Amino acid sequence: MNVTTAVIGAGHAGLAASHFLTAASIDHVVLERGEVANSWRHERWDSLRLLTPNWLNRLPGSHYEGPDPDGYADMGEVVDFLERSAKDVPVRTGVTVTSVRRSAGGYTLTTDQGPVEARTVVIASGACNVASVPALAAAVPSSVEQVTPFGYRNPSRLPDGGVLVVGASATGVQLAAEIRRSGRPVVLSVGEHVRMPRVYEGRDVLWWMHNSGVWSQRYDEVDDLTRARRLPSPQLAGASTLDLNVLTALGVELVGRLSAIRDGAALFSGGLRNVAALADLKMNRLLDTFDQWAGTAPGERFAPTDVPGTARWRVDLGSGEIRSIVWATGFRPDYSWLDVPVVDPKGALTHDGGVLGDGLYALGLPVLRRRRSTFICGIEDDAREVVDHLRLHLAG
Amino acid sequence: MTNGVNVQALLDAREVLKGAPEAAQFTWRASSKWQHGVHSTTRIEKFFGLGQEQSHKSESVFEADHPAIFAAEDNGITPIEYLLVGLASCLTAGIASVAQNRGIKLNSVEASVEGGHDIRGILGADSDVRNGFNDIKVTFSIDADAPRADIEALVAQSQKRSAVFDALTNPTNVTVEVA
Repeated sequence: MNVTTAVIGAGHAGLAASHFLTAASIDHVVLERGEVANSWRHERWDSLRLLTPNWLNRLPGSHYEGPDPDGYADMGEVVDFLERSAKDVPVRTGVTVTSVRRSAGGYTLTTDQGPVEARTVVIASGACNVASVPALAAAVPSSVEQVTPFGYRNPSRLPDGGVLVVGASATGVQLAAEIRRSGRPVVLSVGEHVRMPRVYEGRDVLWWMHNSGVWSQRYDEVDDLTRARRLPSPQLAGASTLDLNVLTALGVELVGRLSAIRDGAALFSGGLRNVAALADLKMNRLLDTFDQWAGTAPGERFAPTDVPGTARWRVDLGSGEIRSIVWATGFRPDYSWLDVPVVDPKGALTHDGGVLGDGLYALGLPVLRRRRSTFICGIEDDAREVVDHLRLHLAG
Repeated sequence: MTNGVNVQALLDAREVLKGAPEAAQFTWRASSKWQHGVHSTTRIEKFFGLGQEQSHKSESVFEADHPAIFAAEDNGITPIEYLLVGLASCLTAGIASVAQNRGIKLNSVEASVEGGHDIRGILGADSDVRNGFNDIKVTFSIDADAPRADIEALVAQSQKRSAVFDALTNPTNVTVEVA
């Protein structure tokens, strides 16, 4: 097959790219290893809902029209939404790209359904293909079951008994809460994290991010872009605040960042108080930013994180107290199929706002062109600008 | 505005070392000699970094001993108190650097450090008691031309980038051999 542009992945990013490619009359194909919205269908836990309220979830050419604009979509609703926006998109499902390499005319894609020649390529294969599990997991005793968010579905599939959840981003706090509510003792290992209230002064915190201009900050205006792109997802879940204080009230035990496993014991950093202080300070600065934008007096300020006076720094993994570990330690993209030297030693694409050079592009990555890029509602502007660049590249 | 920290040099070094991780590998060295009883003397002068041998301007000498209530001669502070020296000075250096970088003028920075220590551990009196500190508390009194939240942010950031804070709060592999 010969196309002008090959888009890899039919998630929100690939579909948005197709929308603007069609608008620019650029012939293209969207190659999808599974079905449209495959990751949302098959790689998420049962209770997951989007962090963004429905009214924020727009894609080029479609927006939320249902009865609950302030609700948070479950995965079925996300899949429906993406499928609706895929109506006129030239998707080829069930096509796995196994290699992309430079060719005389652009790129040669090797797939399990035959080769594709394309002048330009948009990588829209997602930011969360693989669960990042720290190397120290290898030292966990075999009596303790280990699971990543890809394998986790709901608490009933975990062994009875105590659970160590490692990581306190959105994933970690959500899983810690529902596992605790299932009756299991939960220890939550907390490193640097992003604390946010669900609602500030009567508005969803993401309404503030969206409207105050925080999310509009461009990638080339961000002080430390590498850090911004690696920032953990905020501690949010559905309709109510889910910060460490809420978890403590639920009976979750907080410990520091997991720093080593030695002689069958998990050792946690003694720096828990500081990561909580950093998150509290950052949250308050964010709320100050909202107040300044709104031109109003400071609104509600939330209680500082209540860190236990003597957090444990050692948990014996062989004692039977902990029966399973949930690695909520982040995700990373998989570019093992990409035979173009655009991946840095840490596995990230070296791109400038989604532009990799020579007709190669990326979409759907954190802070790709602005802070909003991390979320579904950020794809429209990114896709428009990236496809604009691609169009000019084709024009030579 | 200056706290006397050459922040530009640190920022420049950060950029250079991003692309040259081998030059960032430092080895700090100390050599000690037993004197008598539990008294020892440790000297520090040379270290390795930026790809070559380096040296302090002059040698520093540290006496360590135990106090009289431990039936010792008290020729110097106890070894575990040196950890408090390291922690206080590392966090203080961090505060000065971060303040400089953020344009905050410091008028004074004072810290008091307390390490809680149950000595039944080192005496072997109770095998459930650890040898090291149970907890450490650092209290900073800072006078600076900045609101309290900004001062708290300095202290938090200094912990985040502190070598000694990290070394005390996280485990480190330690190898001790007989030459």
